Order: sequence, then C-alpha cells, then structure tokens
Amino acid sequence: MDFPEPIRLLAFLLGMMAFVAVNAAYLVWAERKGAGRFQRRPGPTEVGWAGLLQPVADGIKLISKQVIVPPGADPILFRVAPLLVMAPAMMTLAVIPFSETLVGRDINVGLVFVFAFGAINVMAIMMGGWASRNKYAIISAARVVSQDVAYEIPMLLVVITLLMVTGTMNLNEIVQQQAGWFWHWNLFRLDVNPLMPVTFIIFFICMLAETNRAPFDMAEAESELVAGAFTEYAGMGFGVFFMAEYANIVVGCSLATVLFLGGWQSPFGVGSGVIWFLLKMYALVFTVIWVRWTFPRTQFYSLLNLSWKILIPISMVTLVLTCILLKLT
Amino acid sequence: MTDFPLAFDAARSYRRVNVSAELSQYIPVGLLILIAIAFAAGMLLASTALGQKGRRPAVKDTPYECGMIPVGDAHMRFPVKFHIVATLFILFDIEVVFLYPWAVVFKPLLKDPQTGMTIFTSMLTFLGILFVGYVYCWKKGALDWAPRRETPQPPA
Repeated sequence: MDFPEPIRLLAFLLGMMAFVAVNAAYLVWAERKGAGRFQRRPGPTEVGWAGLLQPVADGIKLISKQVIVPPGADPILFRVAPLLVMAPAMMTLAVIPFSETLVGRDINVGLVFVFAFGAINVMAIMMGGWASRNKYAIISAARVVSQDVAYEIPMLLVVITLLMVTGTMNLNEIVQQQAGWFWHWNLFRLDVNPLMPVTFIIFFICMLAETNRAPFDMAEAESELVAGAFTEYAGMGFGVFFMAEYANIVVGCSLATVLFLGGWQSPFGVGSGVIWFLLKMYALVFTVIWVRWTFPRTQFYSLLNLSWKILIPISMVTLVLTCILLKLT
Repeated sequence: MTDFPLAFDAARSYRRVNVSAELSQYIPVGLLILIAIAFAAGMLLASTALGQKGRRPAVKDTPYECGMIPVGDAHMRFPVKFHIVATLFILFDIEVVFLYPWAVVFKPLLKDPQTGMTIFTSMLTFLGILFVGYVYCWKKGALDWAPRRETPQPPA
C-alpha cells in the first residue's frame, strides 16, 4: 500500500497518540500491579478484571476535576509547561524505527533529533515548577535541572562510543547493521569493542535518571516533596505530566533497544518485525519498573556525585579506549 | 597540512547537496510539532470543558504547603551551587557536541592513511584538554555538592 506522504504521516501521528495514551494508561496499571506483587500484595483489583479498567477510571476522574491556575502562579508559563512536556515525547517517537517501514520520519540525524527533543523535557518541568510558585515545586525544579543536565553528559559520551562503531546517526541504518543472530547486536559486539556492555549499563543508568525514575526520582520524591514540580497542577494538568513521564520511559527504552539490542531484528536471524521491537522494549520497561521497586531512593548529593565523579570519568575513559582500539585494529 | 584540502573538499561536496531538498525533509517535522502540541492542549481543554466548575474559595487558591498557611514567598534565593552546575553543564555539553560529527566520520577517515593519524591525534588532544579542565573543576571543589560537615570541636 502506497499512501501519499502527508496522509501516511498523519495516520502515523494519530497512531502515535493512541500508542502514547494507551501506554501511559496501562504502564501505570502495570506499575501498580508490579509494585503490588513486589510487595506481596495484589495491587489494583476492584475496577474490571484484575483491575484492568483502573486506568480508565483514573482518566475519567482526572478529566472531571476542576482545572485550577493558582492566582500566584505565572499565568503563561504555568499553562505552557504541560504542552511543552508532552510534545517532545511524541516528537521523539516519530523518528524511532518500530520496524523497517514503520517509522514516522526516517531522517539521517535521527539520534541527534531524539536528544535535541529529549532535552526540552527538562525545561518544561522546570517551567512548570517555577511558575507554580510553590516551595516544593521550585525545589523540585532545581533538582530536576541539576540532575538531568548531570546525566546528560555521560549519556551523550557513551553514545559517541557507539557512534564511532556504527558510523551513522540514522537510527534505521543502525538497526540494519545489527541484522543476524543476537551476537550481532551492538550490546554483544565484543569483537568490535569489548566495552559495549559498559556503554549499555551507563546508558541505562542515565536513562533512568533522565526520566526521573527511582532510584533517581529526586524530582518527585513523594515523601519529601509531595508531588514535586507538579504539586500545583490539578486534574488533567497533572495527568499530562504523568503521561509524559511514561511516554519518556517508552522513548528511552525504545532508544536503548534501537541502539544496543538490535531494534526490530529478531535474535535468531530470521523473522524480524515490529513484534521483536515491542518485546525488547517492554522487557526494558519492565526492568525500569523492577528497579524502581527494588532500590531505595538515593540522596541528592550522592546522585550528583555518581554522575560527575564516577560516570563521566568512566565514559571518558571508555571513549578514549574505543578510539585507541579502533586505531589498533 | 593534509586536513585542510580534505575539509575543503567536504565543504564543496556538501554544497552539491540540494539544500532545499534537505530542508524540506523537515517540513513534516514542523507539522508534527503542531499536532503534538494540539494533542496535549486538547486534553487540557477537554478537562476545562468537562471538569468541575464553580466557585473557588480563597483557600483553594493558596499554594499547597501541607495544609498550613504558606510562610514567605516561594521564589527565594538559591544556593550558588546550582549556578555552577549549569555552567559546567554548558561547558561540557558543547564540547561533547563537537565530538558527534567526528565520531561519525571516524572509522572511514581512520582507514585512509592520509588522514588516519590526524583524526586520531587531534581528538585525543581535544579530549586531553577536556580532561585537564575536568580535573581542574574537581580540584577547585566545583564538584563537591555535600555541605561541609563541621567536625565537632572538643570543649576548650
């Protein structure tokens, strides 16, 4: 089927919206159910079978709440922040290749595109927090900025290590290079660069920190900051931030899948397709949830120390070693 | 001086690329931004339209502070540490961005005996300088976030 490009794009974006909305709703369900099971309790059970209708009920509740813009808040920034947090998450999904043909826009600098839009997320949360004029929100905003910028550097550094091996920033080409059995995936290509697993682990840690997930959820540390930057947002305003958080997790895991786990390639060399992409991506999402309910929250200082004093030196050394290794071979 | 003609050639071959075709690739991306913003705006508007309406007592409009009447303004002064973090980030981030185009052309240029050594040593020098700057920051204490712990003095 060959649709004209604008129609295909529009259809893709509508599909993407549905994907983001359903993902956000059911990842919340999965998270609550998972949290319950990790803590030896059943989780949501009341609404629908196994609580499956819980997200629908939550959505209706959020939409039916009163939208409040506090008089003390900055009226423009407060309203713009939810828009700005949602848009980049959807934009980044538009360049991620779900399968060889299922990609919104196959641009040759896809990787830079993802990072460029991913960085806007930080600004949006900071805007929301600052505009709220609430002490918790502002403390949270300051934490978000210093945390996300700290983890952005090692993340960008380790991706350079990967780029030196792939030689392209086109996400589709990166996936195509990993065709074949699973030892052709970038994560296991030890013959090219034995430091690949280190790269992946640093990338994953940074991804957790960038999406403000536990053990790095200093932005929304419920026990100290109520709801962090979103404290003053009522109803759907909060809902949009919440949705964007899960959309960002999906984006982060998708990127990890594309870069390190062979994207839509099957692990056995035959029968690649979108199903493999989703399987790998949701396995990573499950790991993210698993990590959240297994590790306690870190302290803010040790969080920054981990990035600036441990991850940045390691990723720099990885970069130099890769450089030398490629020179020698 | 082998790298100058190379850069020149690269610039010339870039010229040959049809610039308007390259850029028109991004027109749909601009459209996507609009639609993505409309998606979020739509949800908020739906909430405004369908949500509860009515009188808002003054108490409902005060910033949340665990149920207390808020003390002082929320826009307070911040530790200068956060400013240092921001500055350091901008420095490192810009230097990292320089590495991206280099990383993409690294392998092909490394194979070429004419440029192999240049691309290898130039970036090692760059990274070396970056690393010296990093060590300087560390030694200056720019990376010490924790407040200094006062050691208890024995009574005189």
